[in-house]
Amino acid sequence: MPDILRLSEVTKSFRTVKENLVVLEKVNLSIPEGTTLAIVGPSGSGKTTLLGLCAGLDRATSGEVILDGVILNAQSEDQLARIRNRSVGFIFQNFQLLPTLTALENVMVPLELAGTPGAERSAAELLDKVGLSARLHHYPSQLSGGEQQRVSLARAFANKPKILFADEPTGNLDAETSEKVINLLFDLNREAGTTLVLVTHDMELAAKTRRIVRIKGGKITADTEQ
Amino acid sequence: MTRSGQLAWLFKMAWRDTRRNPSRLFLFLASVTLGIAALVAIYSLGDNLEKQIDEQAAGLLGADQEWTANRPFSVEERQSADSVAEAVSEEWSFGSMVSFPENNGTRLTQIRALDGGFPFYGELETIPENAKIQLESGPAALVDQNLLLQFNVSVGDSVKVGELTFLIAGALRQAPGQTGIVATVAPIVYIPLQYLPETGLDKKGSRINYRYFLQLQQPGRSGEVAEALRKKWPHGDITIRTIEDQKASTGRLFANLTGFLGLAGFVALLLGCIGVASSVHLYIKEKYNSIAILRCMGVTSAQGFLIFLIQIGLIGLVGSVVGAVAGSFFQKFLPVLVADFLPFKLSPSISPFAVLQGITLGVIVSLLFSLSSLIDIRNITPLSVFRIQVQENGQSRDPLKWGIYTSIVFFVVLFSYLQLRNWHSALLFSGGILASFLILAAFAKLVIVLVRRFFPVRWGFVPRQGLSNLFRPNNQTLTMMIALGLGTMLITTLLLSRNILLGQINSQVKNEADRPNMVLFDIQDHQLQELEGFINESDLPLIQSVPIVNMRLASVNGYDYLLAQKDSLDVRSGLFSREYRVTYRDSLSDSEKITSGKWIGTYQRANGLIPVSLEGGYAERNGLKLGDTLTFNVQGVPVETTIASLREVDWRGMQTNFILVFPNGVLEKAPKFHVLTTYLSTLEKSAKFQQELVSRYPNISIVDLNLILQTLDKVASKVGFVIRFMALLSVLSGLIVLVGAVVVSKYQRIRESVLLRTLGAGRSQILWITGLEYFYLGLLSSVTGILLALLASWSLARFSFKSDFEISWIPLLGAFFGIVTLTVVIGLLNSREVVSRSPLDVLRQENG
Repeated sequence: MPDILRLSEVTKSFRTVKENLVVLEKVNLSIPEGTTLAIVGPSGSGKTTLLGLCAGLDRATSGEVILDGVILNAQSEDQLARIRNRSVGFIFQNFQLLPTLTALENVMVPLELAGTPGAERSAAELLDKVGLSARLHHYPSQLSGGEQQRVSLARAFANKPKILFADEPTGNLDAETSEKVINLLFDLNREAGTTLVLVTHDMELAAKTRRIVRIKGGKITADTEQ
Repeated sequence: MTRSGQLAWLFKMAWRDTRRNPSRLFLFLASVTLGIAALVAIYSLGDNLEKQIDEQAAGLLGADQEWTANRPFSVEERQSADSVAEAVSEEWSFGSMVSFPENNGTRLTQIRALDGGFPFYGELETIPENAKIQLESGPAALVDQNLLLQFNVSVGDSVKVGELTFLIAGALRQAPGQTGIVATVAPIVYIPLQYLPETGLDKKGSRINYRYFLQLQQPGRSGEVAEALRKKWPHGDITIRTIEDQKASTGRLFANLTGFLGLAGFVALLLGCIGVASSVHLYIKEKYNSIAILRCMGVTSAQGFLIFLIQIGLIGLVGSVVGAVAGSFFQKFLPVLVADFLPFKLSPSISPFAVLQGITLGVIVSLLFSLSSLIDIRNITPLSVFRIQVQENGQSRDPLKWGIYTSIVFFVVLFSYLQLRNWHSALLFSGGILASFLILAAFAKLVIVLVRRFFPVRWGFVPRQGLSNLFRPNNQTLTMMIALGLGTMLITTLLLSRNILLGQINSQVKNEADRPNMVLFDIQDHQLQELEGFINESDLPLIQSVPIVNMRLASVNGYDYLLAQKDSLDVRSGLFSREYRVTYRDSLSDSEKITSGKWIGTYQRANGLIPVSLEGGYAERNGLKLGDTLTFNVQGVPVETTIASLREVDWRGMQTNFILVFPNGVLEKAPKFHVLTTYLSTLEKSAKFQQELVSRYPNISIVDLNLILQTLDKVASKVGFVIRFMALLSVLSGLIVLVGAVVVSKYQRIRESVLLRTLGAGRSQILWITGLEYFYLGLLSSVTGILLALLASWSLARFSFKSDFEISWIPLLGAFFGIVTLTVVIGLLNSREVVSRSPLDVLRQENG
């Protein structure tokens, strides 16, 4: 399978008052289309920074990130936004739903942005798929944590992304709810054939992916297929 | 997505976001609404005034043309009038005492001796109607209705003018062009011109204004006729006024008045704008995360910016429309504000232009004052979803921000100019506003730094917690101190200035026998000795006896008006057209000081030209200097003089002061009249003295300082009404900004209060913390406002009123307690939700 994402010699550093802080150092990583992969590592190891670079949310200090054949570093902010809308889906630890929009509207936003016709119908179908057909017009504050994350799942799959990034998707959920959400995530992913990149502390969750990348001190320390 | 589809989506997103945040946007809406309501009401008033001045201009003048001179018209001039007019009406007007024989009341009035059919347009409004007809049938008078009320006299009673008693045929409600405020200062009495000789007042020493009112044969050619006559009489000693002139001058007067009121509305709007800027700043800060999420989903920074720009623009539009509707409603009541200044009854109506102007202005200020916060949206990266970065660093260096600040200053100056139509005043007003804002902002920053630096760590938990809210993130200290401080400053300055002015007048009527409180003028030469004797008999002090000679200026350095005009010399026509009232004496009075040249008290014929002394300000305004030769026409005799000295004159006192003073030895034999000043210790003595004086010497006019004081008080209360309206607007805006600031800060404080409650803080403790925070804010704002007001009033007293500055404590304490109490009450009322609902409930709602 061709690579959906490839990182070559990617370094990310931040200039602080005192020093130049290197968060990621010369990272090389290739992710083929359709695979599932978990990035694991201790807090502060650079997992989230890596995820941000892969998803085009941030720019590398040096090196090259190629997403779906496009060199991200060479893109303008607006081009990156279009790439995110067309090719990338996100799931966050704290759900990150828009609080002023209903569940249905939250799912509709990526569709509307892409100009997809029938956004409302597609969004309603997706919410039905995650078991929230009765909660379409509820605001995030009126939903439980598990429900919010399911809305977030529906939103992430709305534009049929080529790659999905999930940042600690169960970090804010209890065990029982976590399991339901994870099963749903993997089911939807399988069905859509999307590449899934998970960032997690949870080794049990990481074990559900085909490949585990370990990161520590800004460097990849292990890359194992399961 | 197509461009139009994209725009529609942006609008949809703006709407979706708005509907969940109505209370947070309340402040924004209310701030804009009040300012726009005030401006629309004032603009409607201006439009209505303009429209009605247009419609009623003929009625304001009462004729097609009015000719005014300060000498009787010549036969040739009368012929000129008859040649162009269908009808001519003649009026002689002058100030004179009248008395009411029924109760011996006396009062200085404006006598108008009238002949002919004036007014040709509009009417003399009287009770009973058509009372004017009786002026044609005998010695009857129309007397100002307030004067009748004041002296408890009614129609059918009599009024004595000079030596003749007239039947009061009607109470005068409104004469053409007359305003309430003029009637208060100089009430009008109309008498028939034919009876003027019998009053004995037609040979008065004081100035009489002579008027012709013309109803033209061809009213449409009034302008042409006036132009031709002005050319025919180039000396400018006859002033011709047409309906168009009247319209223009009345229009200018009210453009100034509505411009002034407009500034009051603008100050309210500016205060509201601070509310806008502050609430949008906090609002956008709360939206950082949502914007970052949208950016993750593919929204560009421009789209993110536009969503909120549209939202703010739409809310500004709604606020402005609500304001315009409210303003259109309130303008019904606004004519009351200016009624005393109007020469006609104003019937209010909605002005579509004013409404449109208000709405446009509302949207512009909403966007302009929000932009500096809105452009921060550009800096929100999608990565903020993981680590919220409030990118404050370097924002102050953002060149776009400086561009926005410059636009705001430019806007304020431009708007002020549009109100005042004068760049100097506009810059002065804008500079004043900007300086006040900057001082208040600097003081607020200083407070924040000082409180943090010297934080009283030993205080108890509750007062410490309340105090720390002043400098913690998202504090409202800056906004509140500017809004409330400015409001307090305006009100206190108004109160203090009023007290300074009244104090100044009061000091003139203190029981000090060397200070005159009554001036008698129009005393003829032959009456002088007798009158001085009468004053002595009455056991009153004769403080001053001043001779006055009337003269006109014929030429300056050999140039008369015509020559000066021909040679394009910068000589003002007013120099030649006015009548000079001149005295002569050998020494300076207490209120005078020589600023340049040499005072010469007695004229020696051998020394050449007669050395006169001119008031410095008058000389400067008219381009005259030491050594200039002035030739005066003293009732037919040319008198050549030279400016030997310039004087500074303190005009404030009750003594007689003069622009021009001759030395002794020149005017002693010229026809003249005299002014005497005296002092009466009680109002009763004063009334009795006046009654006797008027009955013995009906031609003599009396200015009673006590009456002036009463009149000034009346005028001040009428003007004060307008000023109070301005202050009220500022205070209301300040309070709305306060309510809004409390509403916004409630969301900042709510989590903390809930946490404190969860940790065991009682409701009363939370209320105390909140109450104390607002107490500190009210305290600091009012103290800053009061300090600024003291500075402003001191400057006014020192430089403008030239008076001593004394602090009056009552208005200061009133403003202080009023503002502090209001701040605490409003703060607590708006925060009651924090304590009245369960923590969980509040937290859940807050998350939504």
